[in-house]
Amino acid sequence: MDAIILQILNGLDKGSAYALIALGLTLIFGTLGVVNFAHGALFMLGAFCAVTLSRLLNTSYTVIDESRTDFLGNPMKVDMPYVMDWFGPEAGAAIIDWSVPLSIVFAIPVMIAIGVIMERGLIKHFYKRPHADQILVTFGLAIVLQEVIKFYFGANPIPTPAPAAFAGSFDFGVLIGFDAGSIIYPYWRLVYFAFAMVVVAAVFAFLQFTTFGMVVRAGMADRETVGLLGINIDKRFTIMFGIAAAVAGVAGVMYTPIISPNYHMGMDFLVLSFVVVVVGGMGSLPGAVAAGFLLGILESLASMGWVIDLIPGINQIIIYLVAIVILLTRPRGLLGRKGVMED
Amino acid sequence: MLGLNSKDFRLLLIVLGLTMLAPFILNPFPESSELAQFNAGYPDLMQRFVIFGIFAIGFNILFGLTGYLSFGHAAFLGVGSYAAIWMMKLLTMNVIPAIIMAIVFAGLFALLVGWISLRRSGIYFSILTLAFAQMSYALAYSVLTPITGGETGLQAKTFDPRILDGNAGELGRANLFGLEMSSSYELNLGAWEFTFNTGYYVAAVVLLIGFYMSIRIFRSPFGMMLRAVKSNQQRMNYTGLNTRPYTLAAFVISGMYAGLAGGLMVAMDTQVGPERMFWTASGEVVLMTILGGAGTLIGPVLGAGLIKYMENIISKINESILHQWFAFMPDGLEDLLISLIYPFIGKGWHLTLGLVFMLVVIFLPGGLVQGGQKVAGLFRRKKAEKSATATKPAE
Amino acid sequence: MGILEVKNVGKRFGGLKALDNVNLNVMENTVHAIIGPNGAGKSTLLNCLIGKLIPDTGSVMFDGQSVLGRKPHEINQMGISRVFQTPEIFGDLTVFENVMIPIFAKRDGAFRMHAYEHMMDEKDIVAETEKMLIDVNMIEKRHEHAASLSRGDKRRLEMAMCLSQQPKLLLLDEPTAGMARADTNNTIDLLKEIKASRDITMCIIEHDMHVVFSLAERITVLAQGTPLVEDTPENIKGHPKVREAYLGEAAV
Repeated sequence: MDAIILQILNGLDKGSAYALIALGLTLIFGTLGVVNFAHGALFMLGAFCAVTLSRLLNTSYTVIDESRTDFLGNPMKVDMPYVMDWFGPEAGAAIIDWSVPLSIVFAIPVMIAIGVIMERGLIKHFYKRPHADQILVTFGLAIVLQEVIKFYFGANPIPTPAPAAFAGSFDFGVLIGFDAGSIIYPYWRLVYFAFAMVVVAAVFAFLQFTTFGMVVRAGMADRETVGLLGINIDKRFTIMFGIAAAVAGVAGVMYTPIISPNYHMGMDFLVLSFVVVVVGGMGSLPGAVAAGFLLGILESLASMGWVIDLIPGINQIIIYLVAIVILLTRPRGLLGRKGVMED
Repeated sequence: MLGLNSKDFRLLLIVLGLTMLAPFILNPFPESSELAQFNAGYPDLMQRFVIFGIFAIGFNILFGLTGYLSFGHAAFLGVGSYAAIWMMKLLTMNVIPAIIMAIVFAGLFALLVGWISLRRSGIYFSILTLAFAQMSYALAYSVLTPITGGETGLQAKTFDPRILDGNAGELGRANLFGLEMSSSYELNLGAWEFTFNTGYYVAAVVLLIGFYMSIRIFRSPFGMMLRAVKSNQQRMNYTGLNTRPYTLAAFVISGMYAGLAGGLMVAMDTQVGPERMFWTASGEVVLMTILGGAGTLIGPVLGAGLIKYMENIISKINESILHQWFAFMPDGLEDLLISLIYPFIGKGWHLTLGLVFMLVVIFLPGGLVQGGQKVAGLFRRKKAEKSATATKPAE
Repeated sequence: MGILEVKNVGKRFGGLKALDNVNLNVMENTVHAIIGPNGAGKSTLLNCLIGKLIPDTGSVMFDGQSVLGRKPHEINQMGISRVFQTPEIFGDLTVFENVMIPIFAKRDGAFRMHAYEHMMDEKDIVAETEKMLIDVNMIEKRHEHAASLSRGDKRRLEMAMCLSQQPKLLLLDEPTAGMARADTNNTIDLLKEIKASRDITMCIIEHDMHVVFSLAERITVLAQGTPLVEDTPENIKGHPKVREAYLGEAAV
């Protein structure tokens, strides 16, 4: 039992990442009718926003610290980050420590800008082209984006730690009455889950309770009619693309302490996120979120020892297997709408 | 000729000429010159040109004709490779059984995958094929290790049984009735050096056969039906045709081409690893086909050649070579130019590939072949205009 | 005995009764029109005839065989061809290929793996295609892509595709919807020509009274999912019930 709970918890953070990426994917698909293969790259760009900020914050100059000496007895050279200079040593150190959460503030405008530029500069011209063309051009874009990142940041993963306050793990088992040490769960993963829930809730609230969201939802249901009403739907869709990019971006930012960012992480997540979107139902927001968590948790449950003993290799293929079964039995996915992407 | 009209026959002759003379065409620069690094006429690379050409021709039969975009074709390539290496281990190092079984097994696997995936179309079909390929990759990597060799893959070994060869405990080499794939004849003509490799010519002959078959398919009633599937499935159904067997047949044929390519890979280099089935490999054949021109006969071959050339040649250019080239310029300009070009060469060749691919999809949906036609059309029009203006004064 | 017999067909969508106890008898070699106001169930009935929908009750017999539960291509193979509201043709293919495909389908059935021979080597099919294109006056456009044709020509091509299969029954779903008057008249002439030149049964589902009264030999009026009356055009024009339910508003 405790093992199962542990695996469910382990599935939550991966599921959160899937859900957030899939949410943006399906948002773009539902509003713009575009299959965006570059969405994983946006997740990756978000992660590198965190890397960039952390590097900026660590920009240092060298000072000579007279109070300490190196092994030769000379005064030691110490790197002094500018932030420590400006905000005092303690506040500065705290800022550096909290660089990942701070990156959200940095990443949101950057990602919205990237999203808007992408939509206006490229995607816009592909609305009327076949889906295959959209897949292909965004696939090309994804390659370009990840190669640019590889050029500037190199091919190796870059560790980006969580704030020290969240670095440890806590004993979740004790909380619900199991033996101590049976369910150990890192704090940051819990933070990530909570964060994902907040983002999902914010996106839903935004679509549900604002006029802007109402128009977008109407547009998702019937684009032409909304256009006929004289509402400038294109502009709203551009903004929607920016928001979807920002959601993917912050998902990437917060994921950096869990997986050290590398240039191909976007593609790794993209393939699975597409499976998630399709399982949830193309164009269905609740479907994307539900399928994200479902597949994340299933993946982790399938990697339990006795499951693998029972069906060898199941942990490797469970997501794809579920996708195949769902696509064949429920052609529109779990919560998909009729007539979406059927030709 | 050969049941082809004159235009198609000319195309076949062009491909025949290109493949047979490839050792010359790809080695235009003298061995000692600075440009020798742009020579692509070495056996390993030439073999890859034709093998990926075969892969892309097969992919084009599915995507180019029916419009079904498969993102999992590398799985069939992988299955073909595994089947081939097992034939070599168990039976003989002769490549014929290996290649035949590669086609058979890839075809059977394609039949299974296609039978399930073709229940859906559009993006759903793409995702289903992707899911199958990723599953095959994951299984080849882990559980199927006894068959696939897991992470290390499979190689021809000295202790393989090789029943038909009567293994004498030595490492066999892939051959065609004794003619070793790796054997080459080198021709030195002045400063030039040309390599004629057996393996390459075997693969090239297979490519020619494959290309010929693909022309036949394109021009056959079956090919026309496949184009009809792409154009309008609804009308197809109400015309009394069942689209499923047509698409499935196209899927299996294209899977067999992929298996053939996989088998040839093993024939040239007797080893297999699961990474051959990874989805990026499936993506690569998509890039090749689109870049060259999906739905055209020669496009996929050109696309495969171009991408493999870029992969091998552009990735070899490094900073010092650039410095050599631009040495004649003033220093500041030289550095600027080099820093501008540098991201696109060497390890950055994927960036070049991605950009070229995007440009092609945006501006030339018909690929390079369409580009060529446009340029040719431009010339023709200019000619026509010229003759039109020339005749005007006569009025 | 009609060639197409619809007996007691009913179809519900949730709470909505789209068709209720529909009986219809289309006699061989006649032009039979089904008319009715919007929402009368015309499209639902048509979809039941071509296998897109399966009715909840009743039977649909064509030429002595049931069509229910068969796939569209099987129904076509039985001898029913269909013309759509907007012409459904193979846009990427040439006019010639568009007509060849149905002829192949007629000869070879739903699937045949003829992947090796050249399609132009099928002499009998090429000859038949040429004859058909001459019949509909499109032979000079044989090499054009179907998508580049004018709307009228697309309609003509679609008819040619259907007729090339020598169907026993031609189903026409509002063949003049959205057409200008001149195009409509052209279509009427084309259909009259077709009817005069061969033995064929036509079943037209139509909104436009002008088309119906120029072509039909028998008319079924559908209202709220049930047939109101079935009779000759002359009698339908004067029928009080029809006037009340349908024609009154159109002021014939």
